[in-house]
Formats: sequence, C-alpha cells, structure tokens
Amino acid sequence: MSRRREACLDRRLRIFGSLALLALVPAAARAHLASSGMGPFYDGVLHLLISPLELLGLATLTLLAGLCGRRAGRLAVLALPAAWLVGGLVGLALAVEISLPWWSALSLVVLGGLVALDVDLAPGIVGCLAAAYGAVAGLLDGAALESAGEGWVALLGSSVAVSLIVLLLLAAVVSLAAAWMRIAVRVAGSWMAALGLLMLGWLMRGDG
Amino acid sequence: MRWGRDRLGGRGGAVLALLGSSVLPAPVLAHVGPGEVGGFLTGLGHPVSGLDHVLAMVAVGVWGAQLSAPAIWMLPVAFPMTMAVGGLLALLGLPLPAVEVGIALSAVALGGLVLGRVRPPLALALAIVGAFALFHGHAHGTELPAGESAVLYSLGFVISTGLLHAGGIAIGLVERWPVGHVLLRLAGLVVLLGGLYFLLRAVG
Repeated sequence: MSRRREACLDRRLRIFGSLALLALVPAAARAHLASSGMGPFYDGVLHLLISPLELLGLATLTLLAGLCGRRAGRLAVLALPAAWLVGGLVGLALAVEISLPWWSALSLVVLGGLVALDVDLAPGIVGCLAAAYGAVAGLLDGAALESAGEGWVALLGSSVAVSLIVLLLLAAVVSLAAAWMRIAVRVAGSWMAALGLLMLGWLMRGDG
Repeated sequence: MRWGRDRLGGRGGAVLALLGSSVLPAPVLAHVGPGEVGGFLTGLGHPVSGLDHVLAMVAVGVWGAQLSAPAIWMLPVAFPMTMAVGGLLALLGLPLPAVEVGIALSAVALGGLVLGRVRPPLALALAIVGAFALFHGHAHGTELPAGESAVLYSLGFVISTGLLHAGGIAIGLVERWPVGHVLLRLAGLVVLLGGLYFLLRAVG
C-alpha cells in the first residue's frame, strides 16, 4: 500500500473515530410522546409530526432524492419507510432509551449541504442513503415509542406518516421543471444545513 | 341561471359540511409547548429586530439581483450557511474580534457595492458575503431565551434571514427597468449611510 493511500486511510479512520466519539457523548433523552386521543396509531403519527428535527431531516433527505431524479425518488419512496419500519421494530425490541441528537444535527448538515450544492447522486446511492437514514431514524422512533409504553401500532402510524410525507414531497420536487423552483429547493437545503450547524453548536453548549 | 343555482347549491353543501364537521368530536391537544412555539417566533423575529442586520440582509439580496444569475441565488445560499458557522463559533465560545463593527461594516460595504454596481467575480462576491455573514451569525445566532427550543429558534432565525434576502431580491428585480438602476443605487446609498451610522455608534 502506498504511503499516500495509507495517509488517506488514516485520515478517514480519524474522521470516523471522531464521529463515533460524538455519538457517545451523553445527551438527555426526550421521548416527547403526546397523546392524540385517537389511539396508538395516531399517537405514532403525532409523535413524528411534533419532532421537528426528525421531520426536517426526513424532508431534507426527500428534497435530495427529488433533486436526483425520478429513479432516485422511486427508490427513496420504497427504501425510507421500509427501513424506518424495520429500524423501528428493532428499537421496540431493544427496549432501551436511545438518543442521538448529534446524529440528527449532523445528518441535517450533510443532507442539507448536498441539497444546497445540488450534488447529482446515482439512484443506488440515494436508495442506500434513504435506507440508512430510515433505519437509524426508525430505530430512534421505535425506542422512543417503546419507552413511552407504545407498541407496533404506533410505529406503524409513524411509518405510514413517513411514507405519506416522502411521497407527497417527492412528487412535488420531482415534478419541478422551472429552474428557479429547483433553486428554491437548494436554498431550503442551505437553510437545513445552517440549522444543523447551529444545532451542533447548541448541543456542544448543552442547550440542544 | 341554472349554473348559478347549481353553484349556490354547491356552496350550500360546503357550508353544511363545515357546520357538520364543527359538531364532530375532536381530540383536545393540551400539550402545546409554549416554549417551543415561542422559540420559533423569537427566532423568526430576531433578525428583524436589529436594523443593522436587516440592512445587510436586504442588501445581500439586492446585490445578488444586480449581479444576476448565478449570484442571485448563490449569495442567499452561501449566506445562511456561513452565518451558521459564525453562530457555531460563538456557541463554542470562540471569539470573533469587533463583531458589532463587522456588522456595521457589512452594511457599509454591501451598500457601497450596490451603489457602485460593482461586479466582482462570483468567487470574490461569495467570499465578501460569507465573511460578513460570519459576524452576523456570531452576534445574533446564539441569543436563545431561556426555556425555548433551540431547534425552533434556529429554524425561525434561518428562515427569517432567508426571507430578508428574498425581500432584497424582490426589490432588486426593478433592475430590469432603466429607472430601476437609479432606484437600486439610491437604495445602496441608504444602506451605506445606515451602515455608517451604526459604524459610528459601534466605534464611538
């Protein structure tokens, strides 16, 4: 292995190590489950709708998939809710409180940055991103639902809500034809990246 | 007339449906977090509470419109991101020298650039706007009132800043008319004078 390649590998390992350390920083868990008064299914829907970071992360990933074209969008529509459901079931089964606010903020920075830069990712990569994001977000969702005493019906509610949000937002973004509308999406991406950066700051200060 | 009656009938049906829906039982959501709602509104109102900030934000949009594509959208994309970096620096406790002077200077410089219809290369325009955005983020992005949601405060703050840019771009659209050139230059002069006022206050 050449020295240059070794140095590159070393640098990557350091970055991943730093990110892994960030994930280990303790943070207050917030189950923030509100009762909809209409049963566990709608409790799950409401749980997603009143979690701004999760909702914004979901929206940003959907904007990215939409900007990458129809094929990427179709993959995201399938992968994200499915992975959310699977991750959620794992979260329910684990029965431990998991809170990764760093992950939410970092994903906003990365995904928002990709949207702002209008990076044209291959559909397969978008599908993998959607599956990975859905799995982690679903895991957190499932764990929060479990800690609030809810079960798979609430998880089904949040997964259905995820499907609907992704589907509606994707349909809106994929069909954008005018250049200025794509620019508006990119501006929204820059706002999300900015929000993620500020959230990282708040978390480091202990206010997040 | 038949069309009119049908239409009236349709409206009547809609009114009945609305009345009917109003007597349906609905869940009461007593869990609205006042801190969370307040956080968003505080964030939304914060950028417009300081005239120095408003002048610079609007000037960014106007200058972008003067420079036309791609600067018209690249400046408003770059500004919030670098502004957030400024906020991040402040939250990490990393000081930035003469923040208030920097904010006032941003209004002076951006006003001067609009007044002079200066057209630098895109990279330089981005660097200028980005450098000033650091000061704005450092000064204003971190003033979260106690008990309010940091996420929603930051969201409101970023959206409000973006809307100020959009206002500047909307003003800048008069650029397409010959008289618009003059009006924009006058607007640039106003921003420059406002910036000078804030600069004198910051130094004095």
